[in-house]
Amino acid sequence: MLLVDKHRPRKLEALHYHQDLSARLKALANSGDFPHLLVYGPSGAGKKTRIVATLRELYGPGVEKIKIDSRVFMTTTNRKIEFNIVASVYHIEITPSDVGNHDRVIIQSLLKEIGQTQQVDIAAKQKFKVVVINEADHLTRDAQAALRRTMEKYSPNLRLILIANSTANIIAPIKSRTLLIRVAAPTIDEMVGVLKHVAELERFEFSNKLAERVAEESGRNLRRALLMFEALYAQNEVVKDNTPIPPPDYETLVGQIADELLADHSPARILLVRAKFYDLLTHCIPATVILKLLTFRLVAKIDDVLKADVIKWAAFYEHRIHLGSKVIFHLEAFVAKFLRILESYLIGMEF
Amino acid sequence: MKSRVLELNASDERGISIVREKVKNFARITVSTASSTQSSHYPCPPYKIIILDEADSMTQDAQSALRRTMETYSKITRFCLICNYVTRIIDPLASRCSKFRFKPLDEENAKLRLEEIAKMENVEYEDGVVDALIKVSEGDLRKAITYLQSAARLHNPIIQPKPKRVDNEGDEEMVEGEEDDDDEDDSKLALDSKKITVNSIQEIAGVIPGQTIDSLLAACEPKKGKSAYPEISRLVQNIVADGWSAGQVVLQLYNKLVFDDIITAEQKSNIVLIFSEVDKRLVDGSDEHLQILDLALRISEVLTKG
Repeated sequence: MLLVDKHRPRKLEALHYHQDLSARLKALANSGDFPHLLVYGPSGAGKKTRIVATLRELYGPGVEKIKIDSRVFMTTTNRKIEFNIVASVYHIEITPSDVGNHDRVIIQSLLKEIGQTQQVDIAAKQKFKVVVINEADHLTRDAQAALRRTMEKYSPNLRLILIANSTANIIAPIKSRTLLIRVAAPTIDEMVGVLKHVAELERFEFSNKLAERVAEESGRNLRRALLMFEALYAQNEVVKDNTPIPPPDYETLVGQIADELLADHSPARILLVRAKFYDLLTHCIPATVILKLLTFRLVAKIDDVLKADVIKWAAFYEHRIHLGSKVIFHLEAFVAKFLRILESYLIGMEF
Repeated sequence: MKSRVLELNASDERGISIVREKVKNFARITVSTASSTQSSHYPCPPYKIIILDEADSMTQDAQSALRRTMETYSKITRFCLICNYVTRIIDPLASRCSKFRFKPLDEENAKLRLEEIAKMENVEYEDGVVDALIKVSEGDLRKAITYLQSAARLHNPIIQPKPKRVDNEGDEEMVEGEEDDDDEDDSKLALDSKKITVNSIQEIAGVIPGQTIDSLLAACEPKKGKSAYPEISRLVQNIVADGWSAGQVVLQLYNKLVFDDIITAEQKSNIVLIFSEVDKRLVDGSDEHLQILDLALRISEVLTKG
């Protein structure tokens, strides 16, 4: 079992950081009047952990007995879509973005069905059931519109917890019906504390310096930090302060791309780089991640004057990635643009 | 009432087929004239009503399918469309209706209402809290009330000694009655605990502390001889890691910059252009980190040019 899962706190009290947030959630869960929640924050900040702990606070340990259901829904055009539901007696967890554009059907039929029935277990602590919606920021507009009335109409039987990375894509009517809860990423110190705690449990030899480096490297993403931490101890017999932290493979590859681009600014290089992009894409690395990593790698190595320009175009092509259909075009366009900016700057220097 | 009113909202299936069948069938049924006894109790109008809530989320096709239906059965059925944006209702439909525009509530009324609710719920608050609520909710009263409730619940640590609850477990009927008592308990406890503060409202509303925004702006200001990049990139990284929503960053930066008197009108218009572009990109689902960074760097560029 991975450390991340093994040492995931199960109770609100056991959480290591954002104590006041935990206290507030606890007060909410115990007040008997639980609002709809919209939990947002960067990944690896502990949103899900907090939610599971809150559910436990609401219903007791029963929520941890979960089963996975597969349900079939019919769309209006009579197409069948299969959809996985993770459920306990008290709550249901869905990821509507799994089914892409058909998420509206799921929201309409599933939530209504849940909302119209009462809690099965009469001895349950709360009279309502909870539906956790993962990746709520990927819900389509239609699906969000469908949520609006459902949230109000079935509120005696149903509470929603929406989990999102950002609130930008969530329509205002939903935002005004929910209590917004921001889960910030842990600070470096807090992360070191967590790593120390885990190391103690696992009887790892712990060093503050190394933990700090891991925390820095992970970009304040606790899940990533824990995975890196585990990998470190698994790969090396003796872990010292200066043991190199192995970056994920794709980061190495992106780093290579960046180096290659900076070494030679010719069109032939773009062709070479394309192969690497395809390699990354076929390994299911999201284009946004690639572009972002590449940008920050490149920016670190170029002249200050160019940085603003490169970021500008990175933002531009990242937007295009979302609008367009073939991501490779936009990645390559960015590379070409970057080379052009760099080259014209260098030529300008020579004159 | 039930036989005379049909309500459909966005959570119901409202494709063209539903409009053609369900709505049409309902519209077609003639209503019986109310018996004299009934009408003496309450005057009953001789028509039915179909309420289409959130009508702006209906497809164009579905809307055009309504056109004829609305006219043909106008004698016995009236339609009531509710929507956020009248522009999303196709013209032929809009011209068949008389329009009522609901303006955002003005501050005075919103304030009165919030104070009334707070009084009824025995919620105590500091001076200025109601104003803060109105400010962060931007004319959305429901938002303001949700915030008020959350603030009352969240920021006042409600201690919950509830032995009664345990006794009544398994006894559904009793729990129903118990609920009200609990609420009273809560409010009494809330009375004892501290008041709602302006800060707590801002925290709930997800407003970014003024300091953070100020330091980002300061980083954008032109500096002699060195690039603004390292400082901006560090600040933006922190903002993203702290989980502030990009939309909020954009909004607050915008409010700050537009009312800044030092910036010339020309610079402002350039900056506003950038804002509109970034906002559009965010709505399209772009990466927040890159977009905020881009926004900050471009603002800095405009400011430097002078």
